[in-house]
Amino acid sequence: MGDLISAIITVVVAIGGLLALLGGLYWLTSKLPKKWQEGARSWVFLLPTMVALIVGLLIPTIRTIYLSLLDDNGKSFVGLSNFKVIFTTRGTRLTVFNSIVWVALGTTVTVIIGLVVARFADGMRGEKSAKSAIFIPGAISLVGAGIIWKFVYDGPPFEVGMLNSITKSIPGLPASMGGNGDRIWLLERGFAGADPPGSAPGFNTFLLIVIFIWASAGFATVIFSAAIKGVPDELIEAARVDGATDRQAFYKVTLPYIRSTIVTVATIVTIGGLKAFDIVAATTGGRFGTSTIANEFYVTKFVQGRGGLGSALAVLIFVLVIPVVFMNRQAQKRAEEMMGA
Amino acid sequence: MAGVTLNSVNKVYDNGFHAIHDLDLDIQDEEFLVLVGPSGCGKSTALRMVAGLETITSGEMRIGDRVVNDVEPKDRDIAMVFQNYALYPHMSVYDNIGFALKLAKVPKDEIDERVRKAAGILELTSNLDRKPGQLSGGQRQRVAMGRAIVRQPSAFLMDEPLSNLDAKLRVQMRAEIAGLQRQLAVTTLYVTHDQIEAMTMGDRVAVLKDGYLQQVDTPQNLYDRPVNLFVAAFIGSPSMNLCEAQLNGSELRFGSRSVALPDSLFAARPALRGFDGRKVIMGFRPEDLEDAAISGDQDPAHRFSAQVSLVEALGSELMVHFDLDAAPVDSGDPDAVEVIGEHATGVGRFSPRSRVRPGENVEVALDVANMHFFDPDSRLAVWG
Repeated sequence: MGDLISAIITVVVAIGGLLALLGGLYWLTSKLPKKWQEGARSWVFLLPTMVALIVGLLIPTIRTIYLSLLDDNGKSFVGLSNFKVIFTTRGTRLTVFNSIVWVALGTTVTVIIGLVVARFADGMRGEKSAKSAIFIPGAISLVGAGIIWKFVYDGPPFEVGMLNSITKSIPGLPASMGGNGDRIWLLERGFAGADPPGSAPGFNTFLLIVIFIWASAGFATVIFSAAIKGVPDELIEAARVDGATDRQAFYKVTLPYIRSTIVTVATIVTIGGLKAFDIVAATTGGRFGTSTIANEFYVTKFVQGRGGLGSALAVLIFVLVIPVVFMNRQAQKRAEEMMGA
Repeated sequence: MAGVTLNSVNKVYDNGFHAIHDLDLDIQDEEFLVLVGPSGCGKSTALRMVAGLETITSGEMRIGDRVVNDVEPKDRDIAMVFQNYALYPHMSVYDNIGFALKLAKVPKDEIDERVRKAAGILELTSNLDRKPGQLSGGQRQRVAMGRAIVRQPSAFLMDEPLSNLDAKLRVQMRAEIAGLQRQLAVTTLYVTHDQIEAMTMGDRVAVLKDGYLQQVDTPQNLYDRPVNLFVAAFIGSPSMNLCEAQLNGSELRFGSRSVALPDSLFAARPALRGFDGRKVIMGFRPEDLEDAAISGDQDPAHRFSAQVSLVEALGSELMVHFDLDAAPVDSGDPDAVEVIGEHATGVGRFSPRSRVRPGENVEVALDVANMHFFDPDSRLAVWG
């Protein structure tokens, strides 16, 4: 009880102090010459956010970049050798491959599912319930999603694997595809006789990407659905009168019209894929060749305590996100130009 | 080229709203027919039914010799100009105009030739590479026209294409569209709520109200011989003056005033005799009034006095508003601006030589030969 009270007092004093500081600074600006007042005031309002960004984002980023250039003990400068390690060690190189597959496959399939469902659900009977059903997974935390799907993929000695019971019920399905119903799906890297080498993503990675798609497709659907509803009816009618089939009207009018929305969703899903950690951690923990860069960073830095390599992995994610953000901005600009703005 | 025929076409929406009642229209080949009416009269619905964007509940629709009730819009061989133009924002002007041809798999060089020709006619050649967002309202309107004319369709359908333009441009485009239609000689159905557009552009004008066709005729006939009260009040600006009156022999009394009707008037409207001793609705157009001081008609039986409430000097004419103590008449136009008060009001289009002032009493000379009469019950015009 005493702890709670002192915690409350601390919070109140801290917030009150901050407000008092800002109020004081604001008051001070009124003492400035007129021509500086407006500029000074905007800085007063920017200050809290700036401080939060600098302390919480900028300094850690610079520090992480700095640490990535040191050895694992943070003692001596090793240049880019941590990055060299990432790309020359089989285990870490696989995590980079895996992350690339996550982004490429996860984003593409999510966007396609989102568009297909949004298009065909639009105006359909039961549209709302269909869209809710597909949106709900997105409201579950990715850890929760991972645990749910772990049950789906489970195998012996547990009898809960839904996928096994499905594959078992398909007559004539070979054992390599789960025909016996005794596959431990997340453990097996091969599928249907194909046996990927240790340096390539295995089938179990694809199973994890399915979870990611399951969790993201609802978000994509809802956003696309709103965008499609935003296309003026007259445009579609004009296309129909101009001789377009429904399909042509969708491809030639609706899709270009919602292009900037597609780019935005693709960017968000891509970044989500690059950051993929929760699903991996909750299902395989990165074992059996399923680790991603983000998971590998966590394991390396906080489990194994290798500061240099861990930081280098974190920096790698950062570096990979930059072009995505940049491409998003370019694509948005192009989309705006396309609309003649 | 083809005519468009509607036979007892009805439109009932799923919610039970009956938007179009037994509409019969016969648009001749190469004719420019304007469908006009106040807001909510069903004119856009009728046009969209011709386009195939709305289904037909009952009746028959033909384009040329073909019944198109169940034909998709894309297979109707029609081109449509939308109120908001509905240009594809991501396509250049060139692609907007050529879109339909591309869908129809017309060879590339032919598309190019036809798009450039249409752009030439509409003076869009220097804008072919621009996006609709970079164009002015008038230019967008032209692109929308270009998209229609490049198709060389059986019929043009235009849904209030000028309503988004400013007044000056509207007058200019009105003449251009009418001229273009004559030049291309394509059957055209044009929807507007603006009776001036209807009168100036159409070969014939169809007046629609509450989903019922009121009258189809040439603009001049609509103006001179409206079949009912609504058409009489709707066509013409300022509107026809209307008020209740009492016919006693050849004396027509409205409020405390009266005029004498000549025999020639009864000869032209034999049915008017049947209203002797009864109420009748009288109507007279503003241009059939003149300041008696300068009027050529010196017969005191064709005059009445009125108190002037407002004078609008337009240079070439004076719009003189005055009050009458007769009972007002509601023409049934939901868009009418006048508030129906206790007494009827009137407007006269006087010569600018008139010296009337607001507040004064003025002697008004009425050209009785051009008066209109309506049955107060059926609201139909009283003629033969």
